[in-house]
Amino acid sequence: MAVTLSLSVNGKPVHATVDPRTLLVELLRNHLGLTGTHVGCDTAQCGACTVLVDDRAVKACNVLAAQMEGAKVVTIEGIAAADGTLHPMQAAFKECHGLQCGFCTTGMVMSAIDLVNRHPKASEAKIREELEGNLCRCTGYHNIVKAVQHGAAAMGK
Amino acid sequence: MYAFELHHAKSVADASAALSRTGGKALAGGQSLVAAMKLRLAQPGHLVDLSGIPELKGIRREGDHLVIGAMTRHADVVSSEAVKGAIPALAALAEGIGDRQVRNMGTIGGSIANNDPAADWPAAVLGLGATVVTSKRKIAADEFFKGMFETALAEGEIITAVSFPVPKKAAYAKFPNPASRFALVGVFVAQTGAGTRVAVTGAASSVFRSKAHEDALAKDWSAAAAKAVRTPDANLNSDLHGTAAYRAHLVSVMASRAVGATH
Ligand code: FES
Ligand code: FES
Repeated sequence: MAVTLSLSVNGKPVHATVDPRTLLVELLRNHLGLTGTHVGCDTAQCGACTVLVDDRAVKACNVLAAQMEGAKVVTIEGIAAADGTLHPMQAAFKECHGLQCGFCTTGMVMSAIDLVNRHPKASEAKIREELEGNLCRCTGYHNIVKAVQHGAAAMGK
Repeated sequence: MYAFELHHAKSVADASAALSRTGGKALAGGQSLVAAMKLRLAQPGHLVDLSGIPELKGIRREGDHLVIGAMTRHADVVSSEAVKGAIPALAALAEGIGDRQVRNMGTIGGSIANNDPAADWPAAVLGLGATVVTSKRKIAADEFFKGMFETALAEGEIITAVSFPVPKKAAYAKFPNPASRFALVGVFVAQTGAGTRVAVTGAASSVFRSKAHEDALAKDWSAAAAKAVRTPDANLNSDLHGTAAYRAHLVSVMASRAVGATH
């Protein structure tokens, strides 16, 4: 039997009736067309599917959409300003060349926002440790860490 | 994933009734259960979601005990001042579970109900001699963990909280598998009001107490004493990650690191 859900996605109310098996990432990509959230591994390892749930980074491939009743979900599509100005963390990834193919990037950016919200002054070592749940197959970690440092500084302003 | 029905429980009584009626499984954070269902390693016909039950959340100090609600997320244990003040070893243990995203969803109750042989929480629960509080009764840690993925929980019984006695000293050290970050061996050591306790996870089919380490540390609480103990490897796991002999060696190394980290 289908379940009926009410949640908010990128600030807009969403009412959905889904098969209980539906994963959050499937709700976002297939039902809502928000394809910025990527599926890299589908086994909770790579972090490409990371979104914010009530301001916390969560792997959207490893939670059911039905667990999101009443939650506030934010995806990569929801972080830029209304006029299209990039979020400081997005701008920092662009500036520091924090991506190659871009597949891991949306998850990296969402994790980085959660990281900076909790540790505004994180050291380089702390950033590396906190990004443990996000893998970059292009192995661009050096510039990713630099981007997070830049982004953290910009978010603090 | 196989098809299932989902129920959003509003209260513990509601959840127990739904579980008993359907023979289903309780859904906590889902970080192990959803993954197992996707791989078709688990196929419950019904899931009862516990996330909407407010009384299962939160951390509070009750006299000489620290009580952690079953649906408290690992990340909330990490950042809790009450935990850091009473039993900092628990905050450190929670911070070593999985990765940040997993800690944001996964719960203490879910972890111990699942009783994965390599999970971290069972080591703390057994190592401190905690009490598992359920919808029906209170279960001592020594009676709770029954075997691989097996606990004393009955059909329809739900963990509501875990009550940890505040120890004199405690610490946890683990040797994580470099890929999965699960404990190849993790050891929790504690000096409690009820004596010295040492619990080992990751090494065998379920968490267990190492009597030899407890005896040695009761006489001499030192890293050297912990390291000198020889752990028998008879019942330990051998797999592609390590032999039983290697794990037996790691038990004493992790025990000594844990003792060295207490203060
Ligand atoms: S797709 Fe979710 S963690 Fe890889
Ligand atoms: S930029 Fe290609 S996976 Fe990270």
